[in-house]
Amino acid sequence: MYKLLLCWRYLRTRYIALVCIVSVTLGVATMIVVNSVMAGFSHEMQNRLNGMLGDIVLRSRSMDGVADPLAHMQKIKNVAGADVVGMSPTVHVPALMYLQVGDQALTRQVTLVGIDKDTYASVSKFGGYLQHPKNREQLEFTVRDGGYDVYDQQTPVAEQKHPRNAMKTAGWPYRRYKARLKAQKERIAQHAAALETSANPFQNGPAEVAEPAEGEHFDPAVEQHTGIVLGIGVCGYRTSDGADHFIALPGDDVRVSFPKATLPPEAISEFYTVVDIYESKMSEYDTQFVFVPITALQQSRGMVDPETGIGKFTAIQVKLREGADPNAVRDRLAEAFPSQLYSVTTWRDEQGPLLAAVQMETAVLNVLLFLIIAVAGFGILAIFFMIVVEKTRDIGILKSLGASWQGVMGIFLSYGLCLGVVGAGVGTLLGLSFVWNINEIADALGRLTGTPVFDPSVYYFYKIPTIIEPFTVTWITAGAVAIAVAASVLPAWRAARLHPVRALRFE
Amino acid sequence: MSQAALQTGTPPSPTGSTGPRLAALGDTQPAVLEARGLFKSYRRGAVGTPVLQGIDLSIRKGEFLSIVGPSGCGKSTLLHLLGTLDAPEAGEVHFDGHRIDNLPTSSRDLLRNRYFGMIFQFYHLLPELSVLENVLAPALICDGTLKYLRTRRAHRRRATELLELVGLTHRLKHKPRELSGGEMQRAAIARSLLMEPSLLLADEPTGNLDREAGEQVMAMLGELKARENLTIVMVTHDPWIAEQADRVVRLEAGRIKTG
Repeated sequence: MYKLLLCWRYLRTRYIALVCIVSVTLGVATMIVVNSVMAGFSHEMQNRLNGMLGDIVLRSRSMDGVADPLAHMQKIKNVAGADVVGMSPTVHVPALMYLQVGDQALTRQVTLVGIDKDTYASVSKFGGYLQHPKNREQLEFTVRDGGYDVYDQQTPVAEQKHPRNAMKTAGWPYRRYKARLKAQKERIAQHAAALETSANPFQNGPAEVAEPAEGEHFDPAVEQHTGIVLGIGVCGYRTSDGADHFIALPGDDVRVSFPKATLPPEAISEFYTVVDIYESKMSEYDTQFVFVPITALQQSRGMVDPETGIGKFTAIQVKLREGADPNAVRDRLAEAFPSQLYSVTTWRDEQGPLLAAVQMETAVLNVLLFLIIAVAGFGILAIFFMIVVEKTRDIGILKSLGASWQGVMGIFLSYGLCLGVVGAGVGTLLGLSFVWNINEIADALGRLTGTPVFDPSVYYFYKIPTIIEPFTVTWITAGAVAIAVAASVLPAWRAARLHPVRALRFE
Repeated sequence: MSQAALQTGTPPSPTGSTGPRLAALGDTQPAVLEARGLFKSYRRGAVGTPVLQGIDLSIRKGEFLSIVGPSGCGKSTLLHLLGTLDAPEAGEVHFDGHRIDNLPTSSRDLLRNRYFGMIFQFYHLLPELSVLENVLAPALICDGTLKYLRTRRAHRRRATELLELVGLTHRLKHKPRELSGGEMQRAAIARSLLMEPSLLLADEPTGNLDREAGEQVMAMLGELKARENLTIVMVTHDPWIAEQADRVVRLEAGRIKTG
């Protein structure tokens, strides 16, 4: 009983000891914040990484692909039928895309992906990232008659701050407007040319009979090329205030150049019409992938057997049932398909280095921050030693009154425990409230310093994602308390071992 | 006992001729506390300074014994040995017929807690606790948290009663630093009696007090001795204070001289 009483009185009368646990508090708070933010980021990232690709990808090692997706899908079903819930063949090819801005063509390097619009939604969350509500239900490679989202539908309504005004007219209205504008320009140019010609009748040489070229009758006001879905990072950019700007919209035409799957290789160039934009919020994908119908791509690249009509594919995306072990399925598939021709990977394998990097970052940060708490532990040790020296006479008195050495040790151990609990407890509360208000704090800091702390143009999230894992919080708190107690063991032991007579004589 | 023998560390035999036994000089009461051939020296490096050189002492039940002697003659050391706060290098201490100087630590803690009361020259109250809490300290040490919570009412009654006896009823909630020296010593006396000990060891109880306060404390001790049925051993350098005891012995050069 006297242990608790004295421990309580020492706590109440020695605020210096509370000062020495401030570092424990700060360490705990920082660890909780860092872990929550890292967990949030990595969760968000994994979600998005897995969102665009199937759980397992069977790839042909040849860029020109292999024939007969149906036969391959049948074989996959035979090997891992029970775990497979969806499959979709795709064709991947590196390409150059030209975006027309005014008189200039902007060239972009992209990966052109041919997808089957009916089955691709069954293997990835791609459909959910599109900007037209009807396309989210069922993707069609046709330009819609307006109705594209003006606000990012993936952010909660309360946080929708930046309207994408350009999207209001996207689709046919925009396309018609552009066609009208182009026609007008042409008329003006013709008129100017006519004036020139009339001024100098010999300039153009002999008159040619203009032959109607292929596509001459293509009227952009009512017709479209094959549809293409662009990544938001391919056709736009985000400024650091979080607003999006577009250089191509649904309704625009783009030109894409890519190699044919023939020998000798031959580059071809096709026009596509933008029908939608996707935003996976994973900048790696958003700036890289553009999607077209697989059949059109197979035709353009010459991947269809003229006799049988069977196309080639470069990858099959496989969606597994919930709870299936992707590694086991991958290994089974890898055995079934000759490895010199096919590679089988899970989505984790694909992004392995990135995920591993995030994990390692978290681990290193945890070690460093725990060392900070350990340093705080030495602070506690030093202050406790001082308190024991200061209390030497009291220890002697207690011993003369019959207190056991365990009891004296108990006073200082429970003192350490109390400090640890207070320090870690306050730290936990501080950390949690910081995490709960992290975006407000980031905004306030940004306003204060003039530089945004969290730049949405860098991360493609509008706000800092956080996940509080109760397990992590528990072990951080418990660890900090343990360090505080461990730091008080040595001074407590010293106090317990004091000789009563020498302690009583201590001045 | 030669100086050389002490320095080589050879403990002298307690059974040697160490002077006359003082016990049972025509008294019918049995000896409650007995010291037999106590030796103690303080070491600093290899050099030992002998303090007690064969002390034989016997205190009868209900006796008030005072030990006088000049400063530094080892009075306090002797009292610490009797109270098991320190261990002798040679010799034995017996309490109620049992040898107590070689008991394990936990038994000696128990002995000091229940059977011995101690008073010191510098009062030795705990500064963080109030007067009442200081008086209750031995009970707090004796009982675990749960047991104390169950028995605290009885302990409180006993503590307030003792504080009333020493005239500190109006000071229960005060901290020791708010008290005068005499008041602090009276609080210390109340504390030493809380567990109803049979033996009170007082180390210069009036050493830090003026004449008036000293007399007050001595009167109080005499009164309590009768009331609580105490045996008191007191060391002091003040002959006048020593006079108040039933018996006075002198400690000189580490040995007892019967006065």
